Amino acid sequence: MITAIVFLPLLAAIVAGLGNRMIGNVPAKLMTTGALFASCAMSWPIFIGFMTGTMTAGVHPVLTFIQSGNLAVDWALRLDTLTAVMLVVVTSVSSLVHLYSWGYMAEDDSQPRFFAYLSLFTFAMLMLVTSDSLVQMFFGWEGVGLASYLLIGFWYHKPSANAAAIKAFVVNRVGDFGFSLGIFGTFLVFGTVSIPEILAAAPGYANASIGFLGARVDLMTLLCLLLFVGAMGKSAQLGLHTWLPDAMEGPTPVSALIHAATMVTAGVFMVCRLSPMFEVSPTAMHVVTYVGAATAFFAATVGTTQTDIKRVIAYSTCSQLGYMFMAAGVGAYGAAMFHLFTHAFFKALLFLGAGSVIHAMHHEQDMRFYGGLRKHIPITFWAMMAGTLAITGVGIVGLAGFAGFHSKDAIIEAAFANGSQSGGVAYAVAVFAALLTSFYSWRLVFLTFFGKPRWAGSEHIQHAVHDAHHGDSAHGHDRHDDPAQEDAGHDPHDGGHPVEGDAGYHPHESPMPMLVPLVVLSLGAIFAGYVWAPYFIDAEHGGAFWAGSLAFDEHLMHAMHAVPVWVKWSATAVMVTGFLIALWAYVLDRTVPARFTAQFSVLYDFLLHKWYFDELYHYLFVVPAFWLGRFFWKKGDQGTIDRFGPNGIAYAVSRTGAVARAAQSGYLYTYALVMLLGLAAAATWAMVG
Amino acid sequence: MIGLQHYLVVSAILFVMGVFGIFLNRKNVIIILMAIELILLSVNINLVAFSAYLGDLVGQVFAMFVLTVAAGEAAIGLAILVIYFRGRGTIAVDDINRMKG
Repeated sequence: MITAIVFLPLLAAIVAGLGNRMIGNVPAKLMTTGALFASCAMSWPIFIGFMTGTMTAGVHPVLTFIQSGNLAVDWALRLDTLTAVMLVVVTSVSSLVHLYSWGYMAEDDSQPRFFAYLSLFTFAMLMLVTSDSLVQMFFGWEGVGLASYLLIGFWYHKPSANAAAIKAFVVNRVGDFGFSLGIFGTFLVFGTVSIPEILAAAPGYANASIGFLGARVDLMTLLCLLLFVGAMGKSAQLGLHTWLPDAMEGPTPVSALIHAATMVTAGVFMVCRLSPMFEVSPTAMHVVTYVGAATAFFAATVGTTQTDIKRVIAYSTCSQLGYMFMAAGVGAYGAAMFHLFTHAFFKALLFLGAGSVIHAMHHEQDMRFYGGLRKHIPITFWAMMAGTLAITGVGIVGLAGFAGFHSKDAIIEAAFANGSQSGGVAYAVAVFAALLTSFYSWRLVFLTFFGKPRWAGSEHIQHAVHDAHHGDSAHGHDRHDDPAQEDAGHDPHDGGHPVEGDAGYHPHESPMPMLVPLVVLSLGAIFAGYVWAPYFIDAEHGGAFWAGSLAFDEHLMHAMHAVPVWVKWSATAVMVTGFLIALWAYVLDRTVPARFTAQFSVLYDFLLHKWYFDELYHYLFVVPAFWLGRFFWKKGDQGTIDRFGPNGIAYAVSRTGAVARAAQSGYLYTYALVMLLGLAAAATWAMVG
Repeated sequence: MIGLQHYLVVSAILFVMGVFGIFLNRKNVIIILMAIELILLSVNINLVAFSAYLGDLVGQVFAMFVLTVAAGEAAIGLAILVIYFRGRGTIAVDDINRMKG
């Protein structure tokens, strides 16, 4: 069954991808979506089986992969609780995104390609989460990277999408380099790449040291940090995060599936999968915590100033990934996986909801041009509300709440309960980031759904109204013939300013295939936390649930429940504070943001430019790389190799030819002269010789 | 007394004049034909001179053959020249360079 779950999406991807136009839109879509729903339907019984304890962990071999010396790698599907959690996350979100894409991509020219990529991605992700060896995990790791590249650059005629795809690929290479070094090091030390064997042997290497770059360093710290660099790249942690916001160039369902729910959580999954290894190195754990905290803080601050609806959610994702790493860093792997699980639901929901808003607003992505949408698209509004309530962590302490309430508060409490210095930092950052999370999430809702319509100045809307007047179908029209408009949101609007008024345009609710996933995910965002909290993070039942698939620290979980009351309430308090600030600034007194930005313009610019990371990297890496490339191109390739190589030889041949050609004058008397000279020479030779 | 050497010197002078007539002349193809006749004649003088000197008639017989061939060659050459003039409108040597590479 597990084999079918993993390989059905691959089969569908091959059929839809290679069949493409030959089999047409509908069969390709039916094939891929059907395969995903079948995978999903088979995943849930497995997950429930692990919840109720009727399933046991096991490994299902598929094929021999590499057999070379003492390096033995097999294709094998590992099935345990951790995998089961990821299976339901990946297949559920993926199948809903497939369904959603029926509506969202309805007017696209190359739908079979899109669905084939989606299914290919799902297959690679399933390979990643079921891997039994580091090499197979690396295969899935690169597979999702490839699918991500293809999907970000899906609208390949947009230069910005191509640039974003390349950026995502290149930045991930940095992380993958660390990851592969980590795998090499692991094989060097343990002599195997099989994950269970590595985890079993890891405690024996505590305090061992190894020579690295001429220095003696702690072995396990080095290996864990190298592997963690890979996780940082994939999960867009501070330093390697720059690709994630740009990845929003891809179609919105892609953002929901890859850049919110599944691929970006691969790093968290990897740390949890290798948690017994990380447990051996406290230093590596501290680094994980600090990196997570820095990311959560950084992304939350930037999220407060962005105006592109998808970018706000992208930074929110980045920030929540920081939370997950904080949880992993303080040893609460269960809480990290729990947040991954709930986050997959509510963040996919937020992205799909944003996609629905964008769909209704004719690909206008700038929130400054929204406003008052709740009356026009009520179902989307309520779905987005469910997502916002979940991400901000609304709930009553000690009782119940939305999904994010259970998982995020667990992380905050675990960080406090950890007691170490890094735990304390993580706690403070987590609470502050929760304040910002609440603020930017409600800001998004208020700007989008409340107030008066402000889209009269939007070029996209004017375009749509203009088309409608000419009798065209206004519905999603410009995606079809002008995809370049999809992400004009983050470019400066040259000809548009937010003007109150609707310019005669009335947004319409999205079609059914888009609304059904929203409703299903809303249910997940509301109930996932309450239903699964007893399994993922409960001190008594958690150990039995995880069954050794990750390092479950029961003491920490006990301590988590015993933290002081003010700690428990702190997250809720900052959540309410964030909500009130957003309410004040974006509903009650709309002049506040302008006054604030005028007063703190330096801070505002700093945040608006995302801490100037892109600019910094531009001057630090991009400019020198271009210079080096140009140097080798102009001086090395053209100046040396081409000049003395092919071009030089060609030049010499042509010059020789020119000289030789002059001898062929075509005049009879020249030939006669040569003939005579030749005869004379021959005669002389005959006579003298 | 006019000996063998005198004949040979005249013959050599005629031969050299003929050779130079071929490749120093830039004007007229007819001159080339005439130069070729000169060369053949110089060879004929050689043949006859040696024939008389050695008392062997074969040389003179050979000279008759050469004269015959030269007459044929002149006829064919002039015929070609006429055809060429009809085709190209010129027989100036400087314009005849269709073999140029």
